Amino acid sequence: MIEGLPALYIFMLSAFTGYEVISRVPVILHTPLMSGSNFIHGIVLVGAMIVMGSAEGALELTIGFIAVAMAAGNAVGGYVATVRMLEMFQHKPKNEGASS
Amino acid sequence: MSYLIDAVYFLTAAIFIIGLKQMSSPVTAHRGIVWAGIAMVIASLATFGAPQISLEVTSINLQLMLVAIAAGSTVAYISAKRVAMTDMPQMIAMYNGMGGGAAAAIAAVELVKLSSGAESHGLTIQILAVLGAVIGAVSFSGSAVAFAKLQGIMKKTLRLPMHQIINIGLFIAVIVYGYLVATGTPSFEHVLIFFVLALVLGVMVTLPIGGADMPVVISLFNALTGLAVAFEGFVLNNAAMIIAGTVVGSSGTLLTQLMAKAMNRPISNVLFSSFGSDGGAAAEEEIEGSMKEIQANDAAIMMAYGQKVIIVPGYGMAVAQAQHKLKEMGDLLEARGVEVKYAIHPVAGRMPGHMNVLLAEAGVDYDNILDLEEINPEFPTADVALVIGANDVVNPVARSNPDSPIYGMPILDADKAQNVIVIKRGKGAGFSGIENHLFYADNTRMLYGDGQKAVAELIAGIKALS
Repeated sequence: MIEGLPALYIFMLSAFTGYEVISRVPVILHTPLMSGSNFIHGIVLVGAMIVMGSAEGALELTIGFIAVAMAAGNAVGGYVATVRMLEMFQHKPKNEGASS
Repeated sequence: MSYLIDAVYFLTAAIFIIGLKQMSSPVTAHRGIVWAGIAMVIASLATFGAPQISLEVTSINLQLMLVAIAAGSTVAYISAKRVAMTDMPQMIAMYNGMGGGAAAAIAAVELVKLSSGAESHGLTIQILAVLGAVIGAVSFSGSAVAFAKLQGIMKKTLRLPMHQIINIGLFIAVIVYGYLVATGTPSFEHVLIFFVLALVLGVMVTLPIGGADMPVVISLFNALTGLAVAFEGFVLNNAAMIIAGTVVGSSGTLLTQLMAKAMNRPISNVLFSSFGSDGGAAAEEEIEGSMKEIQANDAAIMMAYGQKVIIVPGYGMAVAQAQHKLKEMGDLLEARGVEVKYAIHPVAGRMPGHMNVLLAEAGVDYDNILDLEEINPEFPTADVALVIGANDVVNPVARSNPDSPIYGMPILDADKAQNVIVIKRGKGAGFSGIENHLFYADNTRMLYGDGQKAVAELIAGIKALS
């Protein structure tokens, strides 16, 4: 079980990690990065699946269904959108960078 | 088995962090998202082995779960593939809202279980579930409003009389019901009222916010969804959700701050005062001069015989899909020996970096795309500043008029160029509703028309010279 003080430690360290990881991002990547972090919280799918797997009765099952469908949408949509944006930076010819 | 699943979650969290790190550099960004994607797939597959999930094929839970995953994925996949790059901001808002809604729904199931007599996991867990529920629900309904606004379904910024007081009342009501639900055994009615209130709060908070502030709001909701996911991660005792959610929460907060700072508007201002709907009229002052029109041919000559042209794109370029034509025009000018640069305001468009993405899509070399601080000293040496579809980000009143709502916002000094050509659809004010003094300046000429058409005319004009 993750609870009590260790839980607080995980929370704090993760918060600092997020802050540090982002702090040196060029403006050019802000939108793809927002989209990428949007994809990452799609991990909520895992939680939605667990909740739906243990749901009992029609009401719980319905809410669980909504949770899983939306979480899957978050993950898949976030991924495709991010990849589409980043691919635009990929096709660039990389020969001029140094000289100009 | 459960050790194996825990190990997978642990690795997933680590890869997410590495992936985010890689996404913060143009060279490794693509690899970063692909890694994170693989981790997500593996984590989802591993979850089928979780003790709470029955792998019996006859289990109705499992069957419906597969249907839900298929449905959500298909809708999101098709919409994300089809959407035009210019509409990306509202799609991000939508996917983000789905994540927030999912987090709130997880809390809803847990709370419904409690209300039907299930054993409590302790006060702390219940409080965290309720917090995640509020944040997730607000992010869900707020993102839906943001989507509707950017998509043009909802055009007006709605502001009820005493809007802020109603919001404060709603907020207090949410806290009261949250308290009722979080402590002790909640009744089903309380859970229901609690969620309805939280959803209404999200709508009410977002309604009065104008389109110009939407990037900040979407980024804020993104961070909030991360936080909600983290809280529900504590409830479900799931390390991957806790770590990934918290990392997104903090990085999203930082990104939101960066954006708000670029607009010189504290986040509290964005949320609690509406842009341009009241401040604009009061700050109106007499404008000297008049708008002077120019024909595309003359504008083309002005640029073709100049030394340096700085292009300032804004949301209007995105709407008109003019980025490809713009790149074509830039190439023509460069072939004539004109130096062409692109000046990007941090909040041009509807998201930070929105313009960068569009110009990259058109194939503009990103060495020629410059930030505000880099490009501003260059405007006085430019023969022409070509403003296409940008308005508030080049409005000099931000420097000169302390009464203006945008006073103090860093702007692109396009007015300091020798000549300014503004491509604009009509004579109206910009998104914020503030008159732009740049348009009336002596060295400014207006080129009216749809962005793409106007640039096409400029291209024809430049071609005719050779």
